Amino acid sequence: MSDATYPDDLRYHEEHDWARIEGDQATLGITWYAQDSLGEVVFFDPPEVGTAIQKDSSYAEVESVKAVSDVIAPLSGEIVEVNDALQDSPEQVNEDPYGEGWLVKVRLSSPEEAETLLGVEEYRKLLDN
Amino acid sequence: MRTPLYEQHVDLGAKVVDFAGWEMPVQYEGIREEHSAVRRHAGMFDVSHMGEVEVEGPGALAFLQRVLSNDVAKVHVGVAQYSCLCNEEGGVIDDLFAYRLGGDRYLVVTNAANHETDLEWLGRHSRAFDAIVRDVADRYAMLAVQGPHARTVLEATLGIELPPRFHVSHPQIGRRPALACGTGYTGEDGVELLLDPEVAVPIWCELLEAGIVPCGLGARDTLRLEVCYPLHGNELNAERNPIEAGLGWCCKEATGFIGSEAIARARVEGTAEKLVAFEIEGQGIPREGNPVMQGDEQVGAVTSGTYAPSLELGAGMAYVRSELAEVGTEVEIDVRGKRRPARIASKPLYAKRS
Repeated sequence: MSDATYPDDLRYHEEHDWARIEGDQATLGITWYAQDSLGEVVFFDPPEVGTAIQKDSSYAEVESVKAVSDVIAPLSGEIVEVNDALQDSPEQVNEDPYGEGWLVKVRLSSPEEAETLLGVEEYRKLLDN
Repeated sequence: MRTPLYEQHVDLGAKVVDFAGWEMPVQYEGIREEHSAVRRHAGMFDVSHMGEVEVEGPGALAFLQRVLSNDVAKVHVGVAQYSCLCNEEGGVIDDLFAYRLGGDRYLVVTNAANHETDLEWLGRHSRAFDAIVRDVADRYAMLAVQGPHARTVLEATLGIELPPRFHVSHPQIGRRPALACGTGYTGEDGVELLLDPEVAVPIWCELLEAGIVPCGLGARDTLRLEVCYPLHGNELNAERNPIEAGLGWCCKEATGFIGSEAIARARVEGTAEKLVAFEIEGQGIPREGNPVMQGDEQVGAVTSGTYAPSLELGAGMAYVRSELAEVGTEVEIDVRGKRRPARIASKPLYAKRS
């Protein structure tokens, strides 16, 4: 497994999710810390395209051998794409949590919510506590 | 509580969890890697949290025959035997191995969570017999070394000869008296070593150096589940009898053990539910407590569920209505609101390729 990394260009949610915001869309995933706590991901149960998701609420589940974890939406919006490649290789969530291990893409319904998310320094501080 | 190997686990970067009051490693590198190390090579588990009880005296055999479900008279010196410890109603207080160490000396290995209950039960029922029950849990560290290469690596590294399956021997390990038992909980060949706690750390390090992979409770659970070994607290409890759990083979009612009448009745009359193994067809991972459904009706409940690394699918065990226990029966598992098609499968779910 990779070393702990937290890219500068992402916004973070305190439930250990990240968002890469590009215009009115965002790519979402779970952080290095989240995948490390969970262990090897063996199953990602994605929501359907078109589903509305709500900031701070669960929109999907990731499962390791031993545990199930809810994935919390860092932002509200509508699912426009899910990472289908994770059906065959869910371990990408562990190996490349910010790249190949992305979970979903959403069209944001309230882009201003992004301001409530944490920057990388704030997120690191949260982890240190 | 901590085992003598606690610091070793922390140094190896293990994730430590509470298990029955013990701080135990659940995984080191990852459950899947550890699981496959045991299936393909050799892994070792610190199971020092398990309890040991010594039973000694001229009445030891008669006493154990009274409290254990199996026929203890068949256990010769140097032999190990699996049994249930049952209450009057035939409910399973614990499941355990009894090892005959000498003519009138036996060692019983208890589940960590049940050690105190077992001790109390054994102590109470021993009074009518000329036998002494001793808690000797502090005398032993316990290491399960399992996998197709476990024996050869152990014998070469420790310079000892190991006993065959279901036997026990008394080698010196780390220049201290030890017990080597041909038992395990993984479905693979291997042994369980009962060591002097003083030598647990050097022996652990020696085996680590010899290439034996440290494995946590996570892999222990997936390994035992694939071969359908019951876990007390999940498949077994004081309200379930061995017949419905599929453990009728280790109950010899003719010996008159505590619970034998209820168990004999269950054997003749049948039970309302039976413990089955099942596999999910397609996606989804079953978890403990998930309802087993047929149409709109709940027909059972999952006792253990996991992603099974050797099978590469979701699988588990469940109690279902006896009429649905037949292999091949189609059911659905309600996994947090999603219905996952499943099929009752034959036990064990994973069979070693020979």
